[in-house]
Amino acid sequence: MNWEIVIGIETHAQLAAASKIFSGASTAYGAAPNTQASAVDIALPGVLPVLNKRAVECAIKFGLAVGATINRRSVFARKNYFYPDLPKGYQISQYELPIVKGGSLTILTKQGEKTVRLTRAHLEEDAGKSLHEDFHGMSGIDLNRAGTPLLEIVTEPDVHSAEEAVAYAKALHALVRWIDICDGNMQEGSFRCDANVSVRKPNAPLGTRAEIKNLNSFRFMEQAIQYEVKRQIEILEDGGKLVQETRLYDPDRDETRSMRSKEDAHDYRYFPDPDLLPLEVSEAWIEQVKGSMPELPQARYGKLIAYGLLPDQANQHMSSRESSTFALSAFTGASRNDIPSLSNWITGPLSAKLNEESLEFAQSRVTSEQLRRLVARIDDGTLSRKMAKEVFDAMWSGEGDADAIIEKRGLKQLSDSTAVEKIVDEVLAANAKQVEDYRAGKAKAFNALIGQVMKATKGKANPQQVNEILRRKLSG
Amino acid sequence: MSLSLDDVQRIALLARIAIDPGEEQTVLDGLNRVMELIGEMQAVDTTGIEPMSHALDVTQRLREDVVSEVDQRARYQANAPAVENGLYLVPKVIE
Amino acid sequence: MLNSSLSELSAALAGGKLSSVELTQMFLARIARLNGALNAFITVDEERSLECARRADAARLHDAVGPLNGIPIAHKDIFCTSGVRTTCGSRMLANFTSPYDAHVVERFAAAGAVLLGKTNMDEFAMGSSSETSWFGPVRNPWDTTRVPGGSSGGSAVAVAARLAPAATGTDTGGSIRQPAAMSGISGLKPTYGVVSRYGMVAFASSLDQAGPMAKSAADLALLLNVMAGFDERDSTSLEREPEDYARDLDKPLAGLRIGLPREYFSEGVDTDVAARVCEAIREFETLGASTVEVNLPNTRLSLPSYYVLALAEASSNLSRFDGVRYGHRAAQYRDLLDMYCRSRAEGFGAEVKRRILIGTYVLSAGYYDAYYLQAQKLRRLVARDFAAAFGGCDLIMGPTAPGTAFPHGANTDDPVQMYLNDIFTIAVNLAGLPGMSIPCGFDSRGLPVGLQIIGNYFSEARMLGAAHRYQLATDWHARVPTETPL
Repeated sequence: MNWEIVIGIETHAQLAAASKIFSGASTAYGAAPNTQASAVDIALPGVLPVLNKRAVECAIKFGLAVGATINRRSVFARKNYFYPDLPKGYQISQYELPIVKGGSLTILTKQGEKTVRLTRAHLEEDAGKSLHEDFHGMSGIDLNRAGTPLLEIVTEPDVHSAEEAVAYAKALHALVRWIDICDGNMQEGSFRCDANVSVRKPNAPLGTRAEIKNLNSFRFMEQAIQYEVKRQIEILEDGGKLVQETRLYDPDRDETRSMRSKEDAHDYRYFPDPDLLPLEVSEAWIEQVKGSMPELPQARYGKLIAYGLLPDQANQHMSSRESSTFALSAFTGASRNDIPSLSNWITGPLSAKLNEESLEFAQSRVTSEQLRRLVARIDDGTLSRKMAKEVFDAMWSGEGDADAIIEKRGLKQLSDSTAVEKIVDEVLAANAKQVEDYRAGKAKAFNALIGQVMKATKGKANPQQVNEILRRKLSG
Repeated sequence: MSLSLDDVQRIALLARIAIDPGEEQTVLDGLNRVMELIGEMQAVDTTGIEPMSHALDVTQRLREDVVSEVDQRARYQANAPAVENGLYLVPKVIE
Repeated sequence: MLNSSLSELSAALAGGKLSSVELTQMFLARIARLNGALNAFITVDEERSLECARRADAARLHDAVGPLNGIPIAHKDIFCTSGVRTTCGSRMLANFTSPYDAHVVERFAAAGAVLLGKTNMDEFAMGSSSETSWFGPVRNPWDTTRVPGGSSGGSAVAVAARLAPAATGTDTGGSIRQPAAMSGISGLKPTYGVVSRYGMVAFASSLDQAGPMAKSAADLALLLNVMAGFDERDSTSLEREPEDYARDLDKPLAGLRIGLPREYFSEGVDTDVAARVCEAIREFETLGASTVEVNLPNTRLSLPSYYVLALAEASSNLSRFDGVRYGHRAAQYRDLLDMYCRSRAEGFGAEVKRRILIGTYVLSAGYYDAYYLQAQKLRRLVARDFAAAFGGCDLIMGPTAPGTAFPHGANTDDPVQMYLNDIFTIAVNLAGLPGMSIPCGFDSRGLPVGLQIIGNYFSEARMLGAAHRYQLATDWHARVPTETPL
């Protein structure tokens, strides 16, 4: 049977602001319970919300990054429901008039590039947390997270497989970090996805959907969607009916299960929040934000490709903005021939070192310029690969530029052919037995002779050059 | 338009207000009296009229993103019916 | 002293004729004697008030102090006061002590005023009679069998019976003006956004506005000078240049055009009320003003529009009272849902619950356009009526309420009958305009009648000036209630 999978994704990205969306309380993670819950956050009688400028700026950045419309006028509404982690009894969110409308995101899957259309992105506040450890049969409420600024990003139902869903989530995750609006920390809940999943026969109307919550890793997202699709298809093929519901993914059992759907069919009674006025975003502000934005991933990727990198190689530099900045800065002024090698040095030895010491690209002990000069020394024959690694390690330990290290350690390859020929002559004279063996057809003897020459030059000779000279002399 | 007892039960649940079965009719009568008054506006043709949310045509002011609050948990929780280890306690929340 | 104006008290304190402690003791003694009968105050903390007074006296010795330094002020129990409980007239908050001060409370404290106590009110400001308080009804000093109006009835009675020189109130649909009228005092609701709502327990956010209540317009001007001003904690607070609301007190009335809305003199207005209001308007003419007839055709429709918008906002504003972080929590409950339902059923009184239920209903799925949106459109029509009317006049005058103070219990069975008390006041809140009420005589039973003065946006100084000229020419505002002689 042929089923089409239809998925829409809602993502809550915690915005990179020091204070909450409507209060001056800190958003720092991990504080003692309720110590970052201000009068506004715990909804004392008489308190009022005032909007954080940084949160709005983040939303504008996002809108610009995905080519969306920034609504010049947007409105905050109240979503009314009772829950202990929701102190006001309503969540302040944007409903009819969100700040960001439309836009799209390009994702890369095994089938190639694909565009996922966005419906909207709106500002809202986060709720607190219910802790279910047993307090004599009671739950504990921590409101530190209440009022944390969020951007909820909603896609059109353009996603058609678990793989695409993950590709989308990863691309979005990279983008929000790229433009500095979210730290992307999934363990701390800074980036949370919900997936609306349904299945249908090709060309049939949309099927009944289930909203899957709690997808706090890319792996869980993939597993949850796969499980859910299978569950829905099984029910439908057995002639059963699906109900529209919210389901929670349980990674321990690798299954989704229904969340209390019977309790009052939600009726959120949205209406414009009278404590907040319409949010107006001026053209000048948008231009200012535009001017402050880093180059976007698409443009960066294009530049890497223009340097002659293959898509896979280019993608390896796209894991973060810093990574691509480092690569482009290393490539600038490098000889065209050196670029593939430079790219390998960055994704190989340099990344390994950064990982080892948990450093960001900006904190690298070897600068992009130093790396470029090192690779140039390989290219001009000064260094062998092996020597280059030694120089790199020395650079990493702060011994200075490649040339200084080469000088200090006397690491220059012997490329003066008369000097090499002299040493070869000495070696041939001292190893008559091997020469004889070689001439008798024992190929191994040749390698032994090369070894002797390299030893005599303390490894500074260019092995290729030695090879050539030795072959010439032995055949003479 | 008048409400039914079912409506009363539905909105009382939404509003989280318990109503004794014995009071339901009285509550319903009161609500219907007010809904009668409210119903007077239904006949007015308001086509083309822009809804008015705020008295004055002003826009939202923005605050700078600065942490201005200090921890006042102890003072805030002095009013709380039940707290333990800095947490507000409520009957078990079932997910 | 008990009957003195604020400027007289200020002069007496400045001249060293008496100290703030002595003045405060005088009012505390009168409260102790009369509050039992009137129930105007919910909380009086004598020691704290005297401590405030001592600080004011000390400040006078070495600092330049403002005109309100050392003068006792009563706050409606809707303003959060740190250290003194804030109940909002509700069982829900009967034991709630705010950890912070409302903006209005801060401003009075900074001006050196003495916090005399917290006044009684309709529960959560929902009422027009001050009968729905968990702490019992307030009684009108002109006739204690009658209500003082509401919801700021405690503040109105405190000023009328000379238990306080001045008080604060809040007005969502007439809650300053209507009790001022029924209790025979002066009260002003400023333009929406002039006084910060921060720390004022919200009833209907887009309509609520705090204002002063006092014996005269001149006193109101001094009080508004303290209360008004920008507050960055309230997004709806207006950033404007500070103004002196007393600047027009000496301005003659010649050239003033008074608009008389036809609708305010026809719809079920008590004949005595209409007669007194007409006499007052003739007095204004004598003083040099002219009159012109204006139309406010949507006056009647302002009532349903107001009740939809106010109750929708209220149903949401009152959701925070859930027994989790503060406020009443039921002693017995089965589970979380039951705890919510019982705590709120026990914590709120019947009128508050009725309003929450209506507000919930009009916002519920499928009804939004028919009720909320329609009400917002009518709100626009009401505001346009005023804009048109102010094209031809400077101030609008008419009765504050259709009748005078009614007996306790008279309107408690029919909520709509109660709501009709606000028919002339709520349109002003919908439009966000300033409105005030001043005494203009008595009905045949000796009960006070209030004259309402409505101004265009930010015309408070002009309104106060006009009211002051009238009060210089008349003495209705100086009368002391019969049941509480000095």
